[in-house]
Amino acid sequence: MATLTQTIKHRRISEVSPARRLFMGIVELIIGILIYVLFAARLAPELLTTFNMTPGGIDVGQLADWVVPSRLTLTIFAIVCVGIGAYQIVKGFGRATNGMVGLCGLLLIFGFLIWQASGKTLNLSGMLSSAVLLAVPITLAAFAGILAERSGTINIAIEGMMLMSCMFAALIGSLTKSAVLGLLGGVLSAVALAMLHAVLCIKYKINQVVSGTVINIFSAGMTAFISQKFLQKYQTLNNPPMFTRIPVPLLSRIPFIGPILFNQNVFVYMMFLILIILQVALFSTRWGLRLRSVGEHPKAADTLGIDVIRTRYVGMLLSGVVAGIAGAFFTLGSVGRFDEGMTAGKGFIGLAAMIFGNWYPFGALGAGLLFGFADAIGSKLSLLGSAIPPQFMGMAPYLITMIVLAGFIGKGQAPAAEGKPYEKE
Amino acid sequence: MSEAQAEKKDLGQAILKEIVPPPEEEAPRKSFWKSISIPALAILTGLLIGAVMIAATSSTVWAAFGQSIWKGFGRAFAEIGAAYQALFTGAIGDPVRIVRALGSGDAREIRSALNPFLESLVQTTPYIFTGLAVAVGFRSGLFNIGVEGQLFIGAAAATYVGYAITGLPGFIHMPLALLAGALGGAFWAFIPGLLKAKTGGHEVINTIMMNWIAFRLTEWLLSGPMTRPGSGGMPLSPLIQKSAEIPQFFQAPIRFHLGFFIALAVAWFINWFLFKTTWGLDLRTVGTNPRAAKYAGLSTTKSIITAMIISGALAGTAGAVQILAVNRSMALGLSSGYGFDSIALALIGNNTPLGIVLASLLFGTLRNGATRMMVVSAIPIDIVDVIQAIILMFVAAPAIIRAMYHLKKPKKEEATIFLSGWGGK
Repeated sequence: MATLTQTIKHRRISEVSPARRLFMGIVELIIGILIYVLFAARLAPELLTTFNMTPGGIDVGQLADWVVPSRLTLTIFAIVCVGIGAYQIVKGFGRATNGMVGLCGLLLIFGFLIWQASGKTLNLSGMLSSAVLLAVPITLAAFAGILAERSGTINIAIEGMMLMSCMFAALIGSLTKSAVLGLLGGVLSAVALAMLHAVLCIKYKINQVVSGTVINIFSAGMTAFISQKFLQKYQTLNNPPMFTRIPVPLLSRIPFIGPILFNQNVFVYMMFLILIILQVALFSTRWGLRLRSVGEHPKAADTLGIDVIRTRYVGMLLSGVVAGIAGAFFTLGSVGRFDEGMTAGKGFIGLAAMIFGNWYPFGALGAGLLFGFADAIGSKLSLLGSAIPPQFMGMAPYLITMIVLAGFIGKGQAPAAEGKPYEKE
Repeated sequence: MSEAQAEKKDLGQAILKEIVPPPEEEAPRKSFWKSISIPALAILTGLLIGAVMIAATSSTVWAAFGQSIWKGFGRAFAEIGAAYQALFTGAIGDPVRIVRALGSGDAREIRSALNPFLESLVQTTPYIFTGLAVAVGFRSGLFNIGVEGQLFIGAAAATYVGYAITGLPGFIHMPLALLAGALGGAFWAFIPGLLKAKTGGHEVINTIMMNWIAFRLTEWLLSGPMTRPGSGGMPLSPLIQKSAEIPQFFQAPIRFHLGFFIALAVAWFINWFLFKTTWGLDLRTVGTNPRAAKYAGLSTTKSIITAMIISGALAGTAGAVQILAVNRSMALGLSSGYGFDSIALALIGNNTPLGIVLASLLFGTLRNGATRMMVVSAIPIDIVDVIQAIILMFVAAPAIIRAMYHLKKPKKEEATIFLSGWGGK
């Protein structure tokens, strides 16, 4: 039946359908109105919001406190959002559509912060610094997703791979007393699962979502089993050394940005490194062109002599490597100990970040940072004594994911052949 | 006839082929052994791998291998034997004791000897509901991973109706609480269903996000508005009224209850709905052949939403029955991962209600037995998850099982369920 109406779609990313343009414009308008009605209109005009600039851990590159009038700032935010929305409806931003909606989302979140912290002090640098850290697993998971899906295989097993790597990183890190070897162990365990996923999807051609679910259940069970059998019994097995903060010389001295981006642990730097490698490899090398062609039109790629099966294996295994780094982050870069189910759906949020970022590395980074930001707000607000229950703040990343999926699933920008096993004729 | 006309006629034929729904499989019935061989061998292999895990993670086995290889094997088999014996007696009961009790004719003794078996049926009950929930989704091409969250919301709704409404007779109150559970679950599934139908947001990610939101929401409900007075902020609900309870047949500690038979009745009903009604046919057509469904004028939007509502209602009922019949109040440890287990269940049961009831019996028995295995042999209960994942993998990839046991390939490929990629196409 597939041959009946086989057409090759020429998709241009710069084109946004009128309905989508209108919808996005309305969303931006609503955000603007919300900022005014929910936040600005409910504040007394003389209130001030103070943003404290102590990122912690480093005393260079600090700025003085930043004091803004709460209501005036919020009103400006609202006007900006309404303006963007109006322009979007009338003329449209074309390629920048997603970015503009993202900007409005950011203003909404920032506005929420100003409102919550009105008359109080909030440590902005500290929060951004922890947002970057929280964005690491999500962004890396999104990179893992890009590698798999650009080569045509859906990888919802990222969550399971991360969890497995998380546990093995703690175990091997504790055994060898070396964070580097722990990372290596974690990555290897994730790659083993990626190999299993690849064999099931590519060789046995089973449904890729089912295969991913198999791996997710398996990982949840296996890590809980080993954790209860060994890690909880012998505490020394669950005490890996951690990667500490390393300030990058010079760069960490840049005011404001420096301490936030360049006084972090090695996982943050790895995230940026992988970002650059991925961007260059996928879009500026022959290898990347081949990988993408296999994900878009495997038959054509095969005709040109590209080994589709092999390329897909490579894509999936590399996806496993990146997912493994993402998992090891939890034990070696953040908590220093393995807890059952500690990835808490970050792998799935990473997939949403990948979709939000249109299967582009830089887009995924932006989305990951947004999710990390939403995550960081939750913990900071409970310190401010917010009236909003912490559970509701905890819902934010999941809600944002759903909104993003509903609004941003671009029309046909996913790799065309993803999800379909390749049958050589 | 000109060439163009011939082509046109072929096209008409081809479209006609697509429109006409596939005839009900009247083909010669597969023999019992053939239809059960793959699941049976998958279960056997799963248990074998579980046995290897038990032996490989036992320190005494390793110590014995240190002495001599034969002692090692002996010790390994002894440990596996002890563990699986505990699994069996925990799940079915001690055969010697059952025979002796039957011989003595003492009703109390018979009941307590049969208690492990009855408890397995108690454990089976939620699986039947959740397995059916996943299967209804699968049949219509939807992957409902949100059963866990829907179960929590259903349970919370049933709990609320169960304790907050007073003065109703049992024959009204209990069904009302059940209905509340079903509605709660249905609502929770309706949201991702609507998003899928209207925006194309993939249900896999959305239902998982809804799971996390449901956990946070119930945590808030149970420690805030629905908390038990005097629980000191612990997430725990008040006890439900006597009139809302689903009756248990025997005195404590035997928990066997009416819910099991409700589950069987619901399974029969779903069977009738899926295979004997037009609605069911529509759902299945959309699931197996969305293009044909489109040509035949079926509304995919409608069937996606209908299927999600039914699926969610089943999941919600699972939670409600668990509260009304077994727990009698709600706490956070309500579910031991029914959501993910039920995916395995539905696939092992080949998405037929009868198959699901059988698979539920297997899973309920395994989980009940594993509780005793944990007590006797100190093997974490999570091994059941691992075994279930392995079973699922083999059922999803029968080619592996066929290769392992040198089975012949079937002449016709089994009908596969259509699941879509991220774009919802």
